[in-house]
Amino acid sequence: MTTAAEARRNSPLWVRWLLPKDAPLFQRNDAVVGWLMAAPALIILTVFLVVPFLMAFTMSFTNQRLASPNPAEWVGLRNFERLLNVQIFSLEPERDAAGHIVYDDGEIAYPRLRSFTRNNPDYPHLDGMRELTSWQAGENRTILLAADVVFFRALINTLIFAAVIAPLQGGLALLLALLLNQALPYISIFRSVYFAPVVVSMVVVSLLWRFIYDGQNGLLNTLLGIVTFGSFQPVDWLGNPYTALPAMIAMSAWQAVGFHMVIWLSGLQTIPTSLYEAAGLDGCGAWKKFRYVTWPGLRNTAVLVLIVITIQAMGLFVQVDVMTRGGPLDATQSVVYQAVQRGYAKQDIAEGSAISVILFVIVFVIAMAQRYITRERN
Amino acid sequence: MQSMSFASQQRLSISLRYALLILISLIFIFPIVFMVMSSLKPDLQLLRDSASLRAFMPVGDISLNNYADAFARVPIVQFFFNSVFTTAVSVAAALWLNSMAAFSLAFLQWRGKALVLSLIIATFIVPFEVIAIPLLMVVNNLPWLGPEGFEIGWLNTYHVQIIPFIADSLGIFLFYQYFRDLPDELVEAARIDGASIWQIYARIIMPIAGPILATVAILKFLAMWNAYIWPLMTIRSEELRPIMVGLQYFFQLNTAWGEIMAYLTVVTIPVLLFYLALQRAFIESIATSGIKG
Repeated sequence: MTTAAEARRNSPLWVRWLLPKDAPLFQRNDAVVGWLMAAPALIILTVFLVVPFLMAFTMSFTNQRLASPNPAEWVGLRNFERLLNVQIFSLEPERDAAGHIVYDDGEIAYPRLRSFTRNNPDYPHLDGMRELTSWQAGENRTILLAADVVFFRALINTLIFAAVIAPLQGGLALLLALLLNQALPYISIFRSVYFAPVVVSMVVVSLLWRFIYDGQNGLLNTLLGIVTFGSFQPVDWLGNPYTALPAMIAMSAWQAVGFHMVIWLSGLQTIPTSLYEAAGLDGCGAWKKFRYVTWPGLRNTAVLVLIVITIQAMGLFVQVDVMTRGGPLDATQSVVYQAVQRGYAKQDIAEGSAISVILFVIVFVIAMAQRYITRERN
Repeated sequence: MQSMSFASQQRLSISLRYALLILISLIFIFPIVFMVMSSLKPDLQLLRDSASLRAFMPVGDISLNNYADAFARVPIVQFFFNSVFTTAVSVAAALWLNSMAAFSLAFLQWRGKALVLSLIIATFIVPFEVIAIPLLMVVNNLPWLGPEGFEIGWLNTYHVQIIPFIADSLGIFLFYQYFRDLPDELVEAARIDGASIWQIYARIIMPIAGPILATVAILKFLAMWNAYIWPLMTIRSEELRPIMVGLQYFFQLNTAWGEIMAYLTVVTIPVLLFYLALQRAFIESIATSGIKG
């Protein structure tokens, strides 16, 4: 009988390379077939996932366009500087010849911001920047300037969206899970009903809720009117910069809460009933049982749920594209919507890639935070 | 004060619980009921009804006219076919390629396996949104041999909607987990009986992989049926457009609300029926996919 070493020597070079050193003899054929079986999926993953992922990084340092007669050039960090550059600038009041502050209708008069940000040779670092927000600091006016105001709004909106929806949706999902986690006849019907919106496309949900949120004939205004006996003033939920993002958050939570409810439920079912019985014998009420039995048992589920919602929220796109196109007044711009606007609509692949890289860095940090938190607890 | 008996107290508590459960159900159902009811009403009545609870009732002038008008305005049947076609091909191919790769990872010995497995798990945290823009660049430069000969660029085709999605790391991982937990004797015994690796895959492992096949199929089905951002960027012509992108274009034609509701109903009801028929499998698959993240 031949040994593994002999078999290895007698095999063609490429088979020898594929075969692990300690592989038993009869598995010699495995290496070749193994690669053949895995290859189709691995090739597709490489071409359509790994390569584009790496390209996002390289192209973000170029001026690549989707279709251009000129070859792309390296531009270093220019794309990132253009997207992320922010400056704080202090505007001093206008003073008259004697050095007194000039007042205009009782308000302190300031020079025009434009005189600093448009071709002013003394302030080259402010060139082309626009005001993001400003506040009063003593007699000066402090202004936060951004090179790309729209992207910055998108970044802030997306972070707000994620930061609000994670606890909101995660918390509501937990309440629903606790409600469903009781032995009542027909309870699984309710589970199926609460879960149903998850299988409905976000495009459908967004269009449907456009009608619900409508300012004139919207169903939400109608329902609020009925509940308040007509004293509610109708609101154009998606047309108002203050309500558009909250409205989007509420709808998104409505659609996906069933998903996380199911994850909580499977977490709840891992808690042994004997613990509840013991707590009951010790005289614990419902709240104490939750506080000292349920919640500690759900810690890892909690981290998982929060992270999954946050990462999904960072990809906010369909709701924006279907409901508001980023408006009103950029109140619902999102990072991915901007990536598509630039990378696809304007065919500026380089800038779209730079936005994708920024998005990935954020998602990566969140995912690493999850690993860190769960590891510490174990 | 007369206190209630224990039994009647309990009955009250149970009725209260059901009342709460039903009330919450209404929150999840009302938009869907509203959608279906509105799709049956002429526009003027639809707008008038939405000012009252009549919005949820099949009252007044009920007909299927909105459906007829919507179907006449855009080729919904074509959009439907496109989605069914790309979804069916992707689901079938995904089940095959992912299970085959997972089989190889779970049962066969080859160099680089551990590295491949850890790379697959590492790709979990890359959301599609991160690679969408560079992927656009990739498919724009890929060659394809079609009936009209050799050409460069995959934009505006069926295969650009299918091929990038037929392998996915979550699918491979779900199959891998399932296979790894099967008893080794299953494969060993077949080997001793002289079965080839392909036979073991096709005749022994796949026939007992039912639950995980259902999970991967459902996840792929939902992802493909609801595909939006990718076909939005890659498909220009109407005859290749999938149903969700078609819906958004339909909406932009400033169509009457009743017709939009009809279209929404047409794309939603099949999925909801499918879900109702396979509730348990749907819920379990999506709970399983929750491990991703």
